[in-house]
Amino acid sequence: MTANTENKGFVYVEGKKVAIENEKNLLEVIRKAQIELPTFCYHSELSVYGACRLCLVDIEGMGIQASCSIAPKDGMKVTVHNSQIREMRKTNIELLLAAGHHNCTTCVKTGMCKLQDIAKKLGIKEVRFKQNTEVKERNTSSHALVRDPEKCVLCGDCIRMCSEVQGIGVIDFVNRGSKTEVLPAFGKNLDDVECINCGQCVRICPTGALTSKSEVSHIWQDIWNPGKKVAVQVAPAVRVALGEMYGLKEGENTTGLIVTALRMLGFDYVYDTSYSADLTIFEEVNEFIGRFEKGEKLPLFTSCCPGWIKHAEHCYPELLENVSSCKSPQQMLASAIKESFVQEGGKREDISVVSVMPCTAKKFEAKRPEFSKDGDFDVSNVLTTMELARMIDEKGIKFLELEPSAFDMPFGFKTGAGIIFGAAGGVTEAVVRFVLGKVAPEADYKPITKVLHESKSLKEMEVDLGGGKKVRIAAVNGLKNAQNLIADIKSGKKQYDFVEIMACPNGCVGGAGQPAITGRENMKQRSEGLYSIDDQVQLHKSQDNHYIAELYKNLVGEVGGKKAHEMFHTHYHSRQRIKLKPEEAKGKTNINVCFGSSCVANGAKKLYQETRQLVKEKGVDAKVHMTPSFCYEKCTRGPVVKINDAIIEKADAKKVAAELDKQVKK
Amino acid sequence: MSVEKLSDVIAILNEYDNNPSKLIPILQKVQHKYNYLPEDAMTFVANSLGIPPAKVFGVATFFSHFSITPKGKHIIKICDGTACHVKKSEGIINAVQNKLGLNAQKHTTDDFNFTLECVSCLGACGIAPVVVIDEEVHPQMTPEKVTALIDEVAKKEAQNAGK
Amino acid sequence: MPANNLKEIKDNYDKQYANITKKIIICAGTGCVSSGSMKVFEAFKTELAKRNLNVCLKISEGCREIYLSKSGCQGFCQQGPLLSIGDTFYTKVKDTDVVELIEKSVLKDEVVERLLYKNPADGKQYKTTAEIPFYKKQTRFLLQDCGRINPEDINEYISNGGYESARKAIAEMSDAEICNFMLDAGLKGRGGAGFPTGKKWDLTRQSKGHKKYVICNADEGDPGAFMDRSIMEGNPHSVVEGMIIAAKAIGADEGYIYVRMEYPLAVTRIKTAVREAREIGILGKGIFGTKYNFDINIMEGAGAFVCGEETALIASVEGARGMPRPKPPFPAVSGLFGKPTVINNVETLANIGKIMAVGAQEFRKMGTKNAPGTKTFALTGHVANTGLVEVPFGTTLREIVNEIAGGTTGEDGSPDQEAFKAVQIGGPSGGCLTKEHLDMPIEYDTLKAAGAMVGSGGLVVMNKTTCMPSIAKFFMGFTQNESCGKCVSCREGTKQMLSMLTDITEGKADDKTMHTLEDLANVVKVSSLCGLGKSAPQPVLSTLRYFRNEYNEHIQNKNCPAGACKALAKYTIDPAKCVGCTACKRACPVGAITGEVKKPHAVDKAKCIKCGACMKACKFNAISVGG
Repeated sequence: MTANTENKGFVYVEGKKVAIENEKNLLEVIRKAQIELPTFCYHSELSVYGACRLCLVDIEGMGIQASCSIAPKDGMKVTVHNSQIREMRKTNIELLLAAGHHNCTTCVKTGMCKLQDIAKKLGIKEVRFKQNTEVKERNTSSHALVRDPEKCVLCGDCIRMCSEVQGIGVIDFVNRGSKTEVLPAFGKNLDDVECINCGQCVRICPTGALTSKSEVSHIWQDIWNPGKKVAVQVAPAVRVALGEMYGLKEGENTTGLIVTALRMLGFDYVYDTSYSADLTIFEEVNEFIGRFEKGEKLPLFTSCCPGWIKHAEHCYPELLENVSSCKSPQQMLASAIKESFVQEGGKREDISVVSVMPCTAKKFEAKRPEFSKDGDFDVSNVLTTMELARMIDEKGIKFLELEPSAFDMPFGFKTGAGIIFGAAGGVTEAVVRFVLGKVAPEADYKPITKVLHESKSLKEMEVDLGGGKKVRIAAVNGLKNAQNLIADIKSGKKQYDFVEIMACPNGCVGGAGQPAITGRENMKQRSEGLYSIDDQVQLHKSQDNHYIAELYKNLVGEVGGKKAHEMFHTHYHSRQRIKLKPEEAKGKTNINVCFGSSCVANGAKKLYQETRQLVKEKGVDAKVHMTPSFCYEKCTRGPVVKINDAIIEKADAKKVAAELDKQVKK
Repeated sequence: MSVEKLSDVIAILNEYDNNPSKLIPILQKVQHKYNYLPEDAMTFVANSLGIPPAKVFGVATFFSHFSITPKGKHIIKICDGTACHVKKSEGIINAVQNKLGLNAQKHTTDDFNFTLECVSCLGACGIAPVVVIDEEVHPQMTPEKVTALIDEVAKKEAQNAGK
Repeated sequence: MPANNLKEIKDNYDKQYANITKKIIICAGTGCVSSGSMKVFEAFKTELAKRNLNVCLKISEGCREIYLSKSGCQGFCQQGPLLSIGDTFYTKVKDTDVVELIEKSVLKDEVVERLLYKNPADGKQYKTTAEIPFYKKQTRFLLQDCGRINPEDINEYISNGGYESARKAIAEMSDAEICNFMLDAGLKGRGGAGFPTGKKWDLTRQSKGHKKYVICNADEGDPGAFMDRSIMEGNPHSVVEGMIIAAKAIGADEGYIYVRMEYPLAVTRIKTAVREAREIGILGKGIFGTKYNFDINIMEGAGAFVCGEETALIASVEGARGMPRPKPPFPAVSGLFGKPTVINNVETLANIGKIMAVGAQEFRKMGTKNAPGTKTFALTGHVANTGLVEVPFGTTLREIVNEIAGGTTGEDGSPDQEAFKAVQIGGPSGGCLTKEHLDMPIEYDTLKAAGAMVGSGGLVVMNKTTCMPSIAKFFMGFTQNESCGKCVSCREGTKQMLSMLTDITEGKADDKTMHTLEDLANVVKVSSLCGLGKSAPQPVLSTLRYFRNEYNEHIQNKNCPAGACKALAKYTIDPAKCVGCTACKRACPVGAITGEVKKPHAVDKAKCIKCGACMKACKFNAISVGG
């Protein structure tokens, strides 16, 4: 009896008593006891996978077990290191080293690679097994991400991240046994599938199998090009994370050091993307108010996040008209920089804009054709936070020893509202500050809103505009969470006027361009870092950024005006998975049934078969040519059937029958 | 994707109520229809079941019965289970490979008449070694017997082609 | 006919059957069908019809005279097609024999002696199965009806006492009572690990949840095993009955049979059985006239050995890649679609109805204390009689190999007791046993201690022409190919072990290879995620344990004692036999053979590529290949 009560709520790790709190598995308990068991495939944010066989421990009475898959039990006695466990870990690491070609010296992940780290710690000096002779090719086809299957340990982290957290599942295991690979569907390139380039797979990859696509060499070339001016913009989230590369804590503000470092690297102008975050608020609120007053195309979805935008184009074509037409802050600032340069007499192509982003999807966004003019992209290259550190290191700059300095004007000026864009819910808060600031200019900038619900991933608020007008707002982060929210909106379960969507969990501070040294970075501290910068700056509402007022006065004209639309707004197009070109047969009645995803969801398949039946029943088989097709872009009014030139929206068998009669008679 | 194919796939999907947990039987039916899994059919299945195409591809490449490339008209299965193996099934495999100009990487003849599959056990161990040609089980095979069987099928094939 | 009155079905069947004067049973198992038993069946149909005899193919109203029935696998596949007319048992029957059989055996009760089974060992002939050593030494408890009843006629199953246990379980027993009964009977899982069935059921019974599942694991993937196939082909209703009882025991209303696609006949039979049972209210809503619901779905596997592992099987039923997941949680707690699930293999389930019919005490009289009951084995390899056998646990290997299987056969296929080398039990998860184990009683624990396992029951006898490192390589090749690729130890470990075994059989290995192989095998055995990986090194470890010298021969002397490793083969020309005809010299593709006409030739071992062309070309048996 006594022994039982004594053991209640405890396990013994190497003889030391450790309390069981809310840990789901033994591994977490052991880590709490300050013993860092090696793992590839265990992440608290993902499901337990149990494949890397490194977190093996010896449990009294149970033998060798993977601690990630064992629930802690009262009185369990655990040994984490002995001769057998050591031999097994070493063997498993050697097996992985023999299976791939790791080439550490030329790998961007070197120094931050878990495989390298564990091999080093286990003191592996020799691999007893035969090196695999097959070499799988690196895939660099994507604008944002690089896949190197030779470095993949098949831990499946990327796959679970993509499907469990991001809700997309663009990559999965292919083949089995030692032929297993991680690939997009049908072995295609990432750019040809629904990948949104969020890079969360890159963030979680323990080795160099998935990395961001570096454009560092191009940037050096631009810097060294005497005929070219190079402007650089820095996104808000970068300043609270770059320090981690130099041993600082998450959230520590290194803005001044970054500016100095960028000048030392040779950039001509050092600007702040927070400036254009403020600018975004001008345009987006204007757009929102317009829709809110008319009560149309609501809710308005934010458009700052390129991951979300691409996802909407793939999966929610019917919602594209609800998405704000505002370009993202990165693109707005690039437009402003280029336009101003031209206005001051420069040539557009003589200035290039580089941006430093916490994000890999920004690399893809920068390369969208609509953001270029005659082959000259508004943003020529994108650096991630980590890639910036690499440039700083390459030049030998001692980052922590630098004297802080300030951004260049005018595009270096910002309010706190522009800073907090980098944190989840920050855009929303900036909007609220702007709106309430208009209603009551003297009130405290910290907005008085009614928070209806708040969790790590979702915040729902209500803002009272007075006069009985209330704006319902949601801010969601993590794409899977966003999908769930959209499902609720579509089903009518939830109603909002304004929805902020950030594809990455925790918003931009959790982007894949940010340092991922331990894989367990504290995102909350990074967000808090942004809010503490907000506390320190003088102004907090975007409308107080007088440099923006000047920009409108000197260059753009009216908010939401023609020039503003040219410079700061864009458009979206749906990206269909299945390509079905309507085939037409001359001299026959052509029937096309749309098989777009929303038409299918609305019963296009059933309708297709009913229509076939109908054609047979009417005995007009010979006169009719029927094909599936894709897509009439009337996604909100599906299923869509086209008979000759007549388009039937919200079609059903009855409508089709009536139209068919009419058309056949012709 | 052609109308016929689409209709076929839709019919198969309806048979299983578009239930994503029925992915494997759905793919089996599709393969039965086309003797392999065409990419467009797999994409359509994924769309209809609301699961990522990558997952469908993952399942299609995991199980040995699925083929993502077209197979031959006639399927020759040679059992290389334990019982057949100890009774020298390897010699039979070699004989068929030589006969049809196939190897460990190449399973289908250029004219798409034959596909050779080595299977681990057909459960007919009592009559080992076993070869199955188009569903018909042939017991106690030898390299000579199996090549004769192939000749027979090829002859019929040539006659049909002649007609 | 309503299912709540099984007796009525039986009485009715018996009444009609009473008018039958002669019963002809033709084996329609996979083995016999491939040897032509359906041709024999058709010939009987035609010839009997020509003679205006009354023939019925299924017992029904108005049947009389001759009952021509198809049965499932009778186990003696090698002797197929098998046929019995009354008590007389005929083997290797051809369609051309049918006329004679009708004239003599059907119409006159004479015996066609040339078609009786002849024991290859002593040439003795036997008339009935009861006398044939192959059957005589078996205890056919489970397989009693397999090969006797028509698997496609539910009435025949019922008239043999079938579904009475299921009816009793559904209508008269509580879930706890069934579990207790199974615990008393002491049945252990026949699929491999030997977990007590009653305990498994009781755990699932106690799991909370309204929705529960029963899964029949019929994904018999072990190369060299076909017990489950035979049961499904020969007595599919026994599997269905077992599932019904399991369902009641745990409170499930839905079941799945996950059957290999390589078994088309088994799939058809089991589908027919489920349909028949549904038609008379044994499956579906309100079964046996009670309020209890239970129905069965059939799913065909898509080709992955690893799906025999229960969590992988569940993943595959759910529509995913068949990759195992860590346990716990066990399926009893969280199985199919996250619901409590019982997974039993075919043989386990087929036992249930029978055990309930005879009672726990009677069942325990067979087998041993730790392992009551019988076990079926797929007996194959170098023995006189191959086929499906059933023996009580505790039977020795010697009894199986020498008495039932009729002893080991040599290279030419004739009996040769001296040729015995090893027995492989348990397939790719099992191990190889030697002469010294012949008198060991077969049981879960004894086999495990000897480094093998019951597994699903593949039993391959190997003679001296078998090279043990090659056999280990064969199994490793299989496992490596079937590894799901999830965990590092199994995915990369089996690949490396295979590569090392290949080196050994090709003479490219050294002592270091042996050490590394053994070390790696011991790591993979413990550190793999699932049973497939954990047992993958068994064939290596067991052959290393009992045949280490053979490995050493390969490594140190580059010699294969069994003469099976092609790369190590040494072709030599016996100068005494060589007449100098130059045939070999001309056949050699690399010019490795030298010698003058009419003088003995010789092989240059350095040039020889071991293709064997010379040996084929020699008409004087002068060339031999040695290890």
